[in-house]
Amino acid sequence: MSDVIDTLAGIAPGSPLDAIRNGRLQARTHAQASYDSLFKPLSEADASKVERIAIACFVAGLHGRPEMETFYGTALAEAGAPAAWKDAIAAAVKAAKGQGPYGHYPKGPLSAEDQAGPVFKIGAAEKSALGARLAAAFEHTHMLVFHPRDSAPAYLQALVDAGWSTTGIVVISQLVAFLSYQIRVVAGLRVLKARPA
Amino acid sequence: MTDKVLSTPPHVEPVVFTRDMLDWLPWLEPMAEQDLTARHMAGLVDAARAKSAYFRLLVRDPEVLEHRTKTDKDIFYNPEAGLPRAERELAAAATSRFNGCIYCASVHARFAATYSKRVEDVDRLLDKGVDTDLDARWNAIVAASVALTSTPITFGPEHVDALRKVGLDEASIVDVINAASFFNWANRLMLSLGEPAAPEKA
Repeated sequence: MSDVIDTLAGIAPGSPLDAIRNGRLQARTHAQASYDSLFKPLSEADASKVERIAIACFVAGLHGRPEMETFYGTALAEAGAPAAWKDAIAAAVKAAKGQGPYGHYPKGPLSAEDQAGPVFKIGAAEKSALGARLAAAFEHTHMLVFHPRDSAPAYLQALVDAGWSTTGIVVISQLVAFLSYQIRVVAGLRVLKARPA
Repeated sequence: MTDKVLSTPPHVEPVVFTRDMLDWLPWLEPMAEQDLTARHMAGLVDAARAKSAYFRLLVRDPEVLEHRTKTDKDIFYNPEAGLPRAERELAAAATSRFNGCIYCASVHARFAATYSKRVEDVDRLLDKGVDTDLDARWNAIVAASVALTSTPITFGPEHVDALRKVGLDEASIVDVINAASFFNWANRLMLSLGEPAAPEKA
């Protein structure tokens, strides 16, 4: 049975890559189940579906992967997101896009490898369209995508201040981290598929 | 009310990449062991993980944790075909080195060293970074992992060609893709929800 990764990578049932993916059937099954748990959660109390999809649209955009942007963009429209979100997300992506991973290490020998880079602050117009809660999540998401080694308690405090619960912050972390995985698997499989041995 | 950021107890921060065992201190309140229900225990997958602050924090969303863990285990532990375990661990260690996750790198460098017996090469990857020269086969695996880990992703046909040239079959290349991609998941959890700590000296 084909799953989201197959759909996004263009892997047809019965193809060589389908067979290889079946060789890691548990990984295949549970990658799909991870996706389902994140986007069809049992409870929306800590992070709503539409918030999750909006964050996914932003992550897809930051990675510059058209197949992912289309997929999550469609989901956003279907989830009934406010009309202004689409343009606000596009504007945030445009302002936030960069190159990673960069960031700082704890002071010491690794400081020689420190690489400075932007800390994303969302624009006032986007913040007003998305609301303070989602705006804070986007700022955190940018750090997680491009400079995760800069993580610090202050980033979590900003989420708490914007109204995210502890469980909600765990969900955001899992969501952005899972998408970082899903986007790379899809990208890797697409390259492999286009380069038969 | 559990919704607050924790201050970590006094500890020694690791300032280099290492194969040493490290502790991990959460920045948010993990669930208390006595509050774990059957649903949470299913999310933990291994009952022993109820002792770990990291897993008791992630188990606040038990379903995602369960499926994350089962994805992880199959990518790394499934012995059928594909890339040898040592080299799946190499991809995980290289990804963690490049993203800068000192904790994840320590765990998977230990595994890579144990399964490959190439302790010096693994230590050189930790000390010098992902551009260090290991050998043709390991260089190709590290370079592919780095290209997959970069944002935007720079993994291209030249990486596939390089992996084939050093003897990887299609299933092994998919293992490299899975292992490096998965550590882009794992690194972001470990880095953003807490911090590593050197174990207390006896």
